[in-house]
Amino acid sequence: MNGQSTSAPVLRIEDLGMYYGTRSGDVKAVDGVSFAVGRGESVGLVGESGCGKSSIAMTLLKLLPENGRIVGGRIVLDGTDLAPLSEDQMRTHRWNRIAMVFQAAMNSFNPVYTVGDQIIEALETHIETSPDVSMERVRELFELVSLDPGFIGRYPHEYSGGMKQRAGIAMALACEPDLLIADEPTTALDVIVQDRILKELRDVQQALNMSLIYISHDMAVIAEVSHTVGVMYAGRIVEWGDTVDIFQNPMHPYTQTLMSAFPSVTGPKHELAMLGGEPPNLLNPPTGCRFHPRCPYATDVCKTEEPPTVEGSDTHWAACWHPLEA
Amino acid sequence: MAVVDTGVTEVGTRPLIKVEGLEKRFPVASHWFRRSHSSVHAVDGISFELARGESFGLVGESGCGKTTTGRLLVRLAEPTGGHVLFDDGEGAATDITTLRGEELKTFRRKAQMIFQDPYESLNPRRTIFDTVAEPLKVQDACPPLERLDRVSRMLEMVGLSPPATYLFRYPHELSGGQRQRVAIARALIIEPIFVVADEPTSMLDVSIRTGVMNLMESLAERLGISYLYITHDLAVARYMCSRIAVMYLGKIVEMGDTEAVLQQPKHPYTQALLSAVPIPDPTATRAPVRISGGVATPLDPPPRCRFYSRCPIADDFCRDNPHPALEVKDGGQRVACYKA
Repeated sequence: MNGQSTSAPVLRIEDLGMYYGTRSGDVKAVDGVSFAVGRGESVGLVGESGCGKSSIAMTLLKLLPENGRIVGGRIVLDGTDLAPLSEDQMRTHRWNRIAMVFQAAMNSFNPVYTVGDQIIEALETHIETSPDVSMERVRELFELVSLDPGFIGRYPHEYSGGMKQRAGIAMALACEPDLLIADEPTTALDVIVQDRILKELRDVQQALNMSLIYISHDMAVIAEVSHTVGVMYAGRIVEWGDTVDIFQNPMHPYTQTLMSAFPSVTGPKHELAMLGGEPPNLLNPPTGCRFHPRCPYATDVCKTEEPPTVEGSDTHWAACWHPLEA
Repeated sequence: MAVVDTGVTEVGTRPLIKVEGLEKRFPVASHWFRRSHSSVHAVDGISFELARGESFGLVGESGCGKTTTGRLLVRLAEPTGGHVLFDDGEGAATDITTLRGEELKTFRRKAQMIFQDPYESLNPRRTIFDTVAEPLKVQDACPPLERLDRVSRMLEMVGLSPPATYLFRYPHELSGGQRQRVAIARALIIEPIFVVADEPTSMLDVSIRTGVMNLMESLAERLGISYLYITHDLAVARYMCSRIAVMYLGKIVEMGDTEAVLQQPKHPYTQALLSAVPIPDPTATRAPVRISGGVATPLDPPPRCRFYSRCPIADDFCRDNPHPALEVKDGGQRVACYKA
């Protein structure tokens, strides 16, 4: 799954920073993140709770809570920088060009309106359309995500978890966005349902040549959906590269631990790796490399100096003082 | 030496727990004022044995009855049928489904449960010491003055050291991994011999998870604990359990040595479940998942194989006959399928 990003990227993020203000100070949830997503490319962001992966999603859509603020950097979507836009200006981009599927799709629908009405509302808010055309479009969307169009007029409680997640995807695709952000869309689902949702997401992405940012804590799911993987730790991307490269030759010690901590049902039963310590507090992240307190290879330089970016190949880099040999 | 079968086996070879036809039905009323005629068959006549010191896994999707089974085995729920024979090695096995009062309290001393969500299962207003000491208090297991010492030693054992730094803190001051260690300490402090662990690591991050899994394993060895390990994650079951049972709609459909079941699954449901698990290797390919539809409802299921409506190999025989019994198939595992 190579060579997806040959054309100009759909999205380019440069040195993005987003902090949450709290009584004890700023929580640096996204801190100096840069990457690009090509057209039709699927980028997986993987990391553990609190690493900032969901915060990136919310920052890209500018759906931040009151205490969240962008402190710097650019979010360039097809030539437009979204970072300085006002809420009114943002509304023309959100859902039209950049849309999102949430983890708790179960809860993102209003229980007192039918699912069809809610998708139509999203359509009519964002594009000029007539009732007949919208209804036709909802029917198309339902078919696209393999939902029975008979369910258009039904209420969310009549849907199963997997169906709601499909409806969430249908809603996100309503205005044919250039970029879809999926934040743990299958985490609450059973594996057999997850398998089908992942397959549909991949099919839809290919059919529409849409770009996808897939956020998950699950290395196995990331391995299946992404062309490119970004590994996040403590508000930063610590390794970036082609999915096969990342899985076969991880350069960052954190990536390597994540891989070998992940049990598999197939293949030989390997010893599961473990990390000591706890993820850092982003109110006051460690100096130097943020991973150094838990890193088995850390030396003095890691404690004081920001790690350099080391390139393993044209499409693979890691931020580490002591990258692992391929 | 001639071996005479007296019907009494040595303690070491007798199973710790023998489950026979265990059943739990929840009545469902069609109207508030009407008596209920239908019921959800959450656990529908399952039987298995758990050996001493064994870690036995119950796996399956949400709603298959695995958590209800776990709750029945520690009497957090009352079964509507069947027996659970608990043999602690002191005298004859007791049927725990009929225990009351003082006897039930004695049983609880030997059987404990660890819950899935360490954010929900700890009382936020109680210190770690209060939480972990609670079972000692309820069971009057040691003199009050020794409680601090017992709790400190237990915290040390679960890797919360030095204990003094944790004793008087509150759950919100701890991370998820640390909270789950507190929950483990609370379950193990009265030295149970049987522990039901319901998805104990599914809320934890991977880098933390291995530590908790290793801890549970080493404590089982040190303290002689048998686990009933409930999980939806087959990969975790592979690492934690020597034997597993796969449940579907209240029935065990396949049961055997973990590696045998996972490497050579015989039941079409186990096969589907396994082929749906993503593989953490971008170059790997999985067999396509061959089953259709969603999990059927356990509300008054028809008297045929529970998997019939989704099964890719079912035929008329499966439709016209009752749910198949577990039978030993080649590979050694027991499978409930006419076609496997």
